[in-house]
Amino acid sequence: MLDQADGYVTADGRKIGSVVMEMRNITLRFGGVEAIKDISFDIREGEIRAIIGPNGAGKSSMLNVISGFYVPQDGEVWYKGALRPPMKPYQVARQGIARTFQNIALFEGMSVLDNVMTGRLTHMKRGLWQQAVWRGPAEAEETANREVAERIIDFLEIQAIRKTPVARLPYGLKKRVELARALAAEPSLLLLDEPMAGMNVEEKEDMSRFILDVNDEFGTTIALIEHDMGVVMDLSDRVVVMDYGKKIGDGTPDEVRNNQDVIDAYLGVSHD
Amino acid sequence: MPDQLLFAIEVFLNGLMAGVLYALVALGFVLIYKASGIFNFAQGVMALFAAMTLYGIMNGLVPFAHLINAVFGTDIHYFGWNVPALGAIILTIGVMIGFSWLVQRFIFRHLVGQEPIILFMATIGLAYFLEGVGDLMWGSDIKTLEVGLPQGINETIDAVTFEAFGYGFFIDNLDIVASIVAAFLVLALVLFAQYTKQGRAMRAVADDHQAALSVGVSLNFIWILVWSLAGFVALVAGIMWGAKSGVQFSLSLIALKALPVLMLGGFTSIPGAIIGGLIIGVGEKLFEFLIGQPYLGGATENWFAYMLALIFLLFRPQGLFGEKIIERV
Repeated sequence: MLDQADGYVTADGRKIGSVVMEMRNITLRFGGVEAIKDISFDIREGEIRAIIGPNGAGKSSMLNVISGFYVPQDGEVWYKGALRPPMKPYQVARQGIARTFQNIALFEGMSVLDNVMTGRLTHMKRGLWQQAVWRGPAEAEETANREVAERIIDFLEIQAIRKTPVARLPYGLKKRVELARALAAEPSLLLLDEPMAGMNVEEKEDMSRFILDVNDEFGTTIALIEHDMGVVMDLSDRVVVMDYGKKIGDGTPDEVRNNQDVIDAYLGVSHD
Repeated sequence: MPDQLLFAIEVFLNGLMAGVLYALVALGFVLIYKASGIFNFAQGVMALFAAMTLYGIMNGLVPFAHLINAVFGTDIHYFGWNVPALGAIILTIGVMIGFSWLVQRFIFRHLVGQEPIILFMATIGLAYFLEGVGDLMWGSDIKTLEVGLPQGINETIDAVTFEAFGYGFFIDNLDIVASIVAAFLVLALVLFAQYTKQGRAMRAVADDHQAALSVGVSLNFIWILVWSLAGFVALVAGIMWGAKSGVQFSLSLIALKALPVLMLGGFTSIPGAIIGGLIIGVGEKLFEFLIGQPYLGGATENWFAYMLALIFLLFRPQGLFGEKIIERV
């Protein structure tokens, strides 16, 4: 099923398209430590792709490679069918890859709405002069961007707090605002770094629902990192499993669940 | 109305006008500090340099004339043309943007992620370097900047107040112009930060670098932008102070007066810089008038601002409008 060149159909009947992002033989070192060892995998259009693994497996490093925060020493990153040269994170963002952070990186001093509006920055094309003197096109653009932002705020059910400064929000809501900001960019690829870290069961369920809804409603391609196996298995179409910087499994949740290496990595195995 | 009260009102108004100029300098500090966490010691020298450059361009001075003459044995000093004030101001803005680019490209790009104290030291170095370059480029003589700003006592206010109270207020025209310009500048900056793409990006960078990168903002571009804006503010301050007391080295020392202004207003607040400037301006003038001259032998203006800042540091270290300092353990 996975081998078809132009996509596959998921268990619940969604059609998954062609490859958006392909990592080829990525190796990332910090000094003498190899955080990622020769890993290859792809992300297809419209799917929810998870990268899982125990703590320290190199999942976050991998996400940082995709989003340009780290530049790998070896390997190639292919995006939308073209080899991507080494890039700064802001250039990656402008190419349509949005992300969230494990430890939440929001603009604490701004309101929720302003935070979401910053997600639209890559879509604001009007020059400084036009904006400064506030001419028609710039105004129309601002209105259009505002509409997108408001739609996403509605979608993620944070209307009630749209004017609240982010610093005053509880953790779970901050996570949701961060998701809203990333979504506002209307990304071709959305990266979520441990979207459920530090949440209680109820918040996790909410977040899972939102991730599924986003994928369903906007058709957004999502790659996420998580170490909570249960959540990931319910959520994702395909899973990459990492351990000690190496890829030890790749496939549908069911395939991964029955993979002996994965079971060993998660449950521990005696080396005698 | 008793004379004493009328004097006090006049002193108060003059204090406000002086405060506007302090606020202008403080504004330049706040812009850079907010966006990059750099306390730019060179802000005062930037004002001096901008004013010198404006003078040089207006009067058609040959930059580095002394150096050129010494090396090539020539004797050139002037191009022999005069540039009108507006054109010269635009050219000077260009020079300040170029300066911002150089500073970013050759200094702060290499110091990203360094301790604040290192960045601060770099700006001290920059201040002395820029001062030297300024002298070398335009000469170190005192220059009188004539950009066509009205100067001297405002006759209307004098006449009206004389009519009303029997005592004419002395308000300098230049101070009135400075206040209006400063008000416009602040309004423009606030609108810029609030409603434009670059303004939003600027606020984003000020708040969180990592998050700003993730929404597609180039930190480098924003830093050049804020240095350029600070350069522009420095130019405005340089024009005002230069017109008041001549373009000379002491101009760069007004930067030190901006320190107490910032301690009052908070290092991260644009409105704070304005209010802080006004409080210091009014405070030092009124203190001198009410207490300094009658009881302390005068000259309190030199230290009043710093004393006020010290008291503020004890009771409200983040200033009136600064972000609250909360350390979590």
